[in-house]
Amino acid sequence: MGEPPAVLEMTGIQKIFPGVVALDGVDFRLLPGEIHALMGENGAGKSTLIKVLTGVYGIDGGDIKLSGRDVLFTGPLQAQEAGISTVYQEVNLCANLSVAENIFIGRQPRRFGRIQWSEMRKRSAGLLARLDLDLDVSAPLNTYSLAVQQMVAIARAVDIEAKVLILDEPTSSLDASEVAQLFAIMRRLRDSGVAILFVSHFLDQIYEVADRITVLRNGALIGEYRTAELPQVELVRKMIGKELATLEQLESRPRESAEQIERGEPILRAEQLGRDGAIAPFDLTIHAGEVVGLAGLLGSGRTELARLLFGADKADSGKLELDGKPVSMRSPRAAMAHGIAFSSENRRTEGVIGELTVRENIILALQAARGWTRPIAKRRQDQLVGKYIKALQIRPDNPEIPVRNLSGGNQQKVLLARWLITEPKLLIIDEPTRGIDVGAKAEIQRLVAELSSGGMAVLFVSAELEEVLRLSHKIEVLRDRRLVEELDNTGDVDADRIMRTIASGATS
Amino acid sequence: MTLQKILKSRLMWPVAMLVVLLLCALIFSDGFFDIRIQDGHLFGTPVNILRASAPLVLVAIGMTLVISTGGIDLSVGSVMAVSGAMACLIIGDLSNQNSVGGVAVAVVAAIALSLVLGLWNGFLVAVLGIQPIIATLILMVAGRGLAQLITSGQIINVQSSPYKVIGAGYVLGLPVSVLIAAVVLAITVLLTRRTALGLLLESVGGSPVASRLAGIQARRFTVMVYIASAACAGIAGLIYSSNVSSADGNNAGNLIELDAILAVVIGGTALTGGRFSLAGTTLGALLIATLDTTAQSVGIPPEATLVFKAVVVVVLCLAQSATFRAMLFRRSTPRPAARAEVPA
Repeated sequence: MGEPPAVLEMTGIQKIFPGVVALDGVDFRLLPGEIHALMGENGAGKSTLIKVLTGVYGIDGGDIKLSGRDVLFTGPLQAQEAGISTVYQEVNLCANLSVAENIFIGRQPRRFGRIQWSEMRKRSAGLLARLDLDLDVSAPLNTYSLAVQQMVAIARAVDIEAKVLILDEPTSSLDASEVAQLFAIMRRLRDSGVAILFVSHFLDQIYEVADRITVLRNGALIGEYRTAELPQVELVRKMIGKELATLEQLESRPRESAEQIERGEPILRAEQLGRDGAIAPFDLTIHAGEVVGLAGLLGSGRTELARLLFGADKADSGKLELDGKPVSMRSPRAAMAHGIAFSSENRRTEGVIGELTVRENIILALQAARGWTRPIAKRRQDQLVGKYIKALQIRPDNPEIPVRNLSGGNQQKVLLARWLITEPKLLIIDEPTRGIDVGAKAEIQRLVAELSSGGMAVLFVSAELEEVLRLSHKIEVLRDRRLVEELDNTGDVDADRIMRTIASGATS
Repeated sequence: MTLQKILKSRLMWPVAMLVVLLLCALIFSDGFFDIRIQDGHLFGTPVNILRASAPLVLVAIGMTLVISTGGIDLSVGSVMAVSGAMACLIIGDLSNQNSVGGVAVAVVAAIALSLVLGLWNGFLVAVLGIQPIIATLILMVAGRGLAQLITSGQIINVQSSPYKVIGAGYVLGLPVSVLIAAVVLAITVLLTRRTALGLLLESVGGSPVASRLAGIQARRFTVMVYIASAACAGIAGLIYSSNVSSADGNNAGNLIELDAILAVVIGGTALTGGRFSLAGTTLGALLIATLDTTAQSVGIPPEATLVFKAVVVVVLCLAQSATFRAMLFRRSTPRPAARAEVPA
């Protein structure tokens, strides 16, 4: 069977960071007119491979051939000029500039050195129309949702005459219809001969759109497969390299009946708590040992609700009771004093502190709670940090490297460790599994289940209904910044049931 | 410590530059390192360098803390002027200028006023959310005015031997100003590294938003560092004014903020905040002070001193720049492994 010559060929790529071999002799190729999925767990080397390909990192060994010619990019701009466009997981645009400026930044249409604004706006609008987006191109980008910003990033990448388009987890912040829209665009681009490198942690999406799959594990190449010839279970096995015991175990975990838990005292009760423009007044009760899931679409008020409980934002109406006593949640610090912990969905900007070490990041919240005058003894630190590095399998397991050198999933684990050592009564976790791989996801889910059976209350926020269903005793459904329904997670509740509520907003 | 570790250390380049400077001084200037004991006091050029550097070291220590939180304090020079003016005003009004109690009151009043000025800076930055460079620029300008108001636009001269001790006195053969700087440095190191203060400051500088969500009172720490910076500047102002037995609202601490920022940066603390190094800052300040003195003693004409200083600083900054080093080394050796980053 004749394959067209590869548009991109990487052989024996080697990349070493201090303390970590990120890529160890990895081969990778892209054919024109295909959608190629790059799969692997956190820390498998996916992001590093992409950064090497786009010139963000140099390589320590190996060759990169683009259209048969040796290339060595020293920067993203060079890669872009050679026809490799990238859309990163986290939107890399200037939110304060207009949509049109973002699309044409660095290559504005000019005449006699002057930027032709009207031309730029016209072309932007045309470009977005091709993606079925109807935006005011002169409005600042930050007036649009994250999902729309992502689409603008893609529009920008598409407009640059791209031979290779890299989409690094473009779907992690999109809802179903936006994903479908994106896939339509991807297929259209593929049919016009563009080679697309697609990274996603959603297996269903991979199987829906990808023609071919390359699997990495621990910085090494496991293999390249046709999607049609690789069953999902096989793929997952190749990615995590071990049996799916943990996942399956979790799957069969008997859900404790909701009534059993409700008999205990509620540890938190919110009564008509709300904040203008963020979340409409809601009632919520959380008991010790209970996992409460928050389900809803992006922008439905999930995060806003969680932030109110933690005091990250101040409520402007309603009452909050903790252990039966009324409290006002003025600040995160006050919430922590009441035994509440909150792990943000934006782990890079609101979670870990990149230049500090893993150890420092883990002890940060506990240290903050103790105050600066009472440092945690070094021995105690080592003990706590060592324990959680082991328990959560944080990799690499060296506590003294800057946390920014860790992969996303491992940073998430560091963040969880930070809160777990404060031994909270209520742990609020916002999208802990977003953008991380199957193995780490299963570990985090297992951890949540364990914590709750140990008596900790967990407020679990996730865009993935399956995950919410699997873990929660009780599910709060949000829609358009309102809490619309509370469902006891008994046998007859399934994803369809929740989706109907999200879609209709009404209780049946 | 292996050679490689030393080469990678952030302090390697400032130390190397200091050594080179001192070597030059040794070669080109006779008797540079002659230290003699006279009347029970240490004398000699190295001692002079230390004495001259004391105010800068003090100001740079405070600046390091401010910069570690991602801020900057341009008002330190003005605070020096205000502090000196305040002290001299009170001493000048004393019936007996040699009264130790009176001088003590003056010193305490001057430092207290500095603390208030620091609180003002901290308030503008942490509570009102004004950008640090603008917030402290206000006091940088206004502080000079305040100092001139205090001295009524004149240079106040004082004749007070207890006051003179601060800037020009000796204890156990060592200059008091150097001892003061050393004590402040020691206290700051203990406060930041023996407690969790250093970590929390670095955390605030690394990410204020994430720090708040981790329960750190970022605002309180921000106010604290501006107060600490003003306190350091206030003490430096006393040393300066005591040394010349007068208060000069125009020249005291003039442009010292720039030298202090330079010292911090040479010492390896990034202006974007986060990780800071007090040892580095001290080295940086000593290096700058050494530059001034060495330039004279190796016979560089006064009109070329600033150029000499600039050349040294540029060379040092190039040596510290990872990009520049990569450019140099890439040409000679195509390296098999990247060793650019230093695990902390």
